Amino acid sequence: MTVAVPLSLAEAFDELSRTPDARLIQGGTDLMVEINFNHVKPANVIALRRIKELRTWHVNSNNTITIGSGVPYQEMETGQLKELLPALAEAARTVGSPQIRAAGTLGGNLGTCSPAGDGLPVLFALDAIVHLQSLESSRDLSIHDFMLGVKRNARTANEIITGVTVPVLDGWQGYAKVGVRNAMVISVASACLAVDKKSNSVRIALGAVGPTIIRCRDAESWLVQQFDLSIATSIDPAIALEFGRRVALESKPIDDHRSTADYRRHAVGVLAKRLITRAYPS
Amino acid sequence: MSTVKQDTRHRDILGTSALRPDGVAKVTGAFSFSSDMWAENMLWGATLRSPHPYARIISIDTTAALLISGVSAVITAQDVPGKATYGLISADQPVFASDFVRYMGEPIAAVAADHPETCRRALAAIIVNYEVLTPVVDPELAMLATTEQIHPDGNLIRHQHILHGEAHITSDITVEGNYTIGMQDQAFLGLEAAMAFPDSGGNGVELHIATQWLHEDRGQIAACLNLPEDSVRVVLGGVGGAFGAREDISLQVHCCLLALRTGRPIKMQYSREESFFGHVHRHPAKIWMKHHATKEGKIVKVESRMVFDGGAYTSTSPAVLINGITHTQGPYQCDNAVVDGYAVRTNNPPCGAMRGFGVVQACFAHESQMDKLAHACGLSPVEVRLINAMHTGDKLITGQVMESVAPVERCIRETDLIPLPAPLALDANVLEFPGGSGRTADRHNIVRGIGWGVSMKNLMYSEGFDDYATARCTLSNGIASLKFATSEVGQGFVTLAPQIARSVLGVDDVVLETSDTQIGSAGSTSASRQTWMSGGAVDGACRLVRERLFEHVGRLHNIDPIRLMIEHTDVIDTIGTFRISVTQATQGITLSETFEHHHRKTEDLDENGQGNCHVAFAFVAHRAVVDVDIELGLVKVVQVATAQDVGRVLNPLSALGQLEGGIAQGLGLAVMEEIILDNGRVKNPSFTDYLLPTALDAPHVVAIMIEEPEPQAPLGAKGIGEPPCISVTPAIVAAIRAATGKALSRVPVRPQDICL
Repeated sequence: MTVAVPLSLAEAFDELSRTPDARLIQGGTDLMVEINFNHVKPANVIALRRIKELRTWHVNSNNTITIGSGVPYQEMETGQLKELLPALAEAARTVGSPQIRAAGTLGGNLGTCSPAGDGLPVLFALDAIVHLQSLESSRDLSIHDFMLGVKRNARTANEIITGVTVPVLDGWQGYAKVGVRNAMVISVASACLAVDKKSNSVRIALGAVGPTIIRCRDAESWLVQQFDLSIATSIDPAIALEFGRRVALESKPIDDHRSTADYRRHAVGVLAKRLITRAYPS
Repeated sequence: MSTVKQDTRHRDILGTSALRPDGVAKVTGAFSFSSDMWAENMLWGATLRSPHPYARIISIDTTAALLISGVSAVITAQDVPGKATYGLISADQPVFASDFVRYMGEPIAAVAADHPETCRRALAAIIVNYEVLTPVVDPELAMLATTEQIHPDGNLIRHQHILHGEAHITSDITVEGNYTIGMQDQAFLGLEAAMAFPDSGGNGVELHIATQWLHEDRGQIAACLNLPEDSVRVVLGGVGGAFGAREDISLQVHCCLLALRTGRPIKMQYSREESFFGHVHRHPAKIWMKHHATKEGKIVKVESRMVFDGGAYTSTSPAVLINGITHTQGPYQCDNAVVDGYAVRTNNPPCGAMRGFGVVQACFAHESQMDKLAHACGLSPVEVRLINAMHTGDKLITGQVMESVAPVERCIRETDLIPLPAPLALDANVLEFPGGSGRTADRHNIVRGIGWGVSMKNLMYSEGFDDYATARCTLSNGIASLKFATSEVGQGFVTLAPQIARSVLGVDDVVLETSDTQIGSAGSTSASRQTWMSGGAVDGACRLVRERLFEHVGRLHNIDPIRLMIEHTDVIDTIGTFRISVTQATQGITLSETFEHHHRKTEDLDENGQGNCHVAFAFVAHRAVVDVDIELGLVKVVQVATAQDVGRVLNPLSALGQLEGGIAQGLGLAVMEEIILDNGRVKNPSFTDYLLPTALDAPHVVAIMIEEPEPQAPLGAKGIGEPPCISVTPAIVAAIRAATGKALSRVPVRPQDICL
C-alpha cells in the first residue's frame, strides 16, 4: 500500500491521476477502521490531511459559510462557527471522543455517506452545497443529489470533496442524537431542525432512520401552515406533538442490532417535538 | 521482576494507599502487555474459526494454505498429540473442531507464518466444507430429551435441586416474577495474547501468557500436548484485565502446538473482534422466583427455577449454576426453599466465569422480588430488607450455617445514611442529562428515581475444591523477595504483597519475582480470593521467615527469640533495650520459607442441595439514584451510594478502585452491555456496538467500607472484587422502575423497554 501525502490540492490531483484507484483519507476515523478490520485493502491511499486549503472555512459575502472538507469537528464545536451554525456545533459535539473529533471531518462524513453520519442531518437541513473538484473541472451539487444511498454518493473516482457551503439562517437551529449511552456512540436516531424566519420555513432532517438522511418535507410544509414562524415566539404543545407525529411518519427505520424500527420511529418523533419546542418554547 | 523502592519517611505497609508499582508504566504506556512481546526469529500464529453456530465438518483441505510462501505450519485436530479436548470442569471442548462446530467462532485450524498478513491469507486458503445445521439456541428447548443433543455429553450440563425446610408451606403474601439476564462480556482492554518458546529438541515449551491461573493452564496444555507437566512452563505476561474471561483456555494450546511444530517462537494475539469469539461470556439466564412472606414482610419461603444458557461447551457452567441457586435467598433469612437450577448446552457462545459468577443473575431476581414484596406489604425498600437481613449464625437454604461476619443490617443502614445528591440544578450541564452529549433531553423531560440492591457473595471456590495458594519469601541484606504464581490481572496483588512483607518483616525494599509455574499453584485470580488466599500465603511465608530471623538474632545476641518483635524497620527486644535494623540483622544471610495457604474444607451438595459447600461470604448494599428521560427511555445514573462489608481495608485507594470499577461494570449490565445474538450469531463483536460505560455514564460513587475483621481470613480482609458489581445492577433497575413505573424484568434495560 502506498500513502501519498500531498500538501496542496494540485499535488493531490497529480497523485489521483497517477493512482486513479486511490482511496482518499481525511481524519481516517472511517477508513482506518475498515482497513483494520480487513474489509478493504486499498493499494493506494491519498491522505488529504496536510492540505491547508481544505482545512479552512470562511464566511461569504452572500451570508453563507464555506467549510473545507478537512476542518475537524473540534473546530465546529466552539467560536464563530458555533455562533453562526449552532446545529452543526451540537452535531459536532456528538461525534465520538475528543480524539475522534480532532481527526474527523465533514469531508469524511460525506465521503463515507453513512446514514448515521452525525454531520449529515445538519447539511440536509441547511440544503448544503457540496463542492467537488477534479483535475479538469469542478462542480457544485446539492446535498440532496449528492447522497444516493447507504454509503453511496455522487462523487466520481477522480473527484475530491473540497468543502460544503451552507447558509447562515435567521432563526433557531439545533440538533439532537439518541444513542444507548451518554457519549461516544453511533447514532440510533438523530434529527436536525433549522428555522429560517426570512423565508418563513422550517427544515427538519433525520439521521439513521433510512437509507439516506431524510428531509421531512410534508411535516415541514404542514407546520408552516399552522403558525407564522417569522413572528411566533412560542408553539402550541398540540402542534409540536402533531409535528413530531408527522415527522415520525416520514422516517423509514429498520430493525438492527443497535435498535428497533419502532423505537427509532418513536424517537425521531420525540426529537422533532422537542426541537421545535426549543425553537418556540411553549 | 519489579523492585518496589520506598521513601524512608513513609512506609507503604498494610492499611496505607500504597501506589501500584506498575501504575506509572501503565498510565504512560510503558507497561509491557502480553501483546507487546516480541522475540528474535518468531512467527505469528492465527486461528481459523467457524462462521456457523452449528455445522457438520465434511472436509478440511489445508493444501493451498501450506503452499503460500511464508507459511510454516497449518495444524488441525489431527495434529494434537495428546488429549483432543480441554475444559476447566469437564474436558468437552475440542482443541480444534473436527466433526462438528458447535458455536460461531469455534477454532478449526491454526497457522504459523512470517507475518500477520500471511497468516490471514493462509486462513483464507483453508477450504472447509460444512453441512450447515439448524442451531439449538433456546435452553428451554435444548434441555428436553426430545431435542437433538448437540454434544456426546448431552445438552443438560447440570441440574441441581434444593429442598430446605418445608416444601409446601405458604404464607399471607406471595410475590413472583420472571426475570431475564442478557449476555454480558468481560470486555477487558488487554486482548488475548501469548508467546510460546519451544525447547530445543521439542520436548518442552515455555508459554508467556495473559491468564488468571498459570497452573490450571499448564495442566490443560500439557495434557493436550502429551507432555509431562514439568515440560510445560507457563509465565505470566502483562495482563490488561480479566474479569473471568481468562480462566478458560483460549489460544494457549494452539500457540504451544505451533511452536513445537515449527521449532520457533510463536506470537499469537486476538483482535477485538476475535476476542469476542475467543473467550467465554456471562451466562444469560431466565429465572422464575416466588416469595412467600408474612403480611409484616418476613420471608417464609423462596421458590425458584433458574435456567442458565451455558453455550456450546461446559467451561465453569456447573459451578456458576450452583453459585446462582445457592444465592437464591440473597442476604436474607429464609427457612424454607425449593429451587431447581439447570445449566444447559446450546449453540450459543460458551459461557463461563465473569465477576459475580452466577450470583449476578440470582441477585437481579431476588432484589426485584424484594421490591415487589415491599410494595405488597406497604414497606419501604429499606424496611423490607432490614426486616429480613441475615446475621452470623443464620442457617442458609443449603443447611450451611453462616459463619462469616455478616453485617447486612449495617451495610443497609450506613448506605441509607449517605446523603442523596442534590436535585438536578436549573443550570445543570446538559451533558449530565440522560442522553448526554446527544442533547436529547430538556430539564422538564427528566424524572428522578431511587432504587436499592443488597447482595451476598461467596468467596473462594466451593463444593470441596481445595484452591490453595503458595508463596515463598526470601529475606537477605534487608531486601525481601517474594515468589508466587498469582496472576496480577489489575486487581492489585503486586501492590498488596509488598505491603504485607513490609508490615510483617520491617523491610522497605521488596522484590517481586516472576510469576510462573516454577513454584506451587496460587489458584485462580477469581472468586474474590487472591487477597485472602495468596495474601494468606505471602503473610504465612513472611511470618515463617520472621521466625527464622528472630531465631538468628536471638542466637547471635543471646536473647530468647520469643522476646523479639518488629518495630518499624527494626528488630527489638520487647523487654530490653536491644535494637537492630532488619537490614543489619540480615547482612550476609539468606532466610527463605515457602507457605501454602488452604481455606477450610467444603462439601458437595447432596441431592436436596444440602451441604457446607461455600467457604465464606461478603455483603454489600447499593442505593442508586437515576435520572430518566421517560419519553425516550434514556438513563443517567447520577449517584451510587454503597456500604460494603470488606473485613479490613488493606489499601484504601485500591479498595475504592475495586468498588468504583465494579459499580461501572454493574451499571453496564443494567443499561447497556449485551452481546446481541441472532440464532447463535454474535451481531456486535466490537466496542462500537458492544457498549461499555464512558466517563459520562459513570455515576458519582459514595462508598463506605464496613470494617469488621473476618476471623477466618488471614489478614482479616474479605475479598472485595465481585460484590461491587452484583447488587448495583438491580439497584439501578429499581431506580428506573421508581422513576417510570415500568415493571422492567430484563437487563440490560433498553430504551424501548422504558418508552414503548
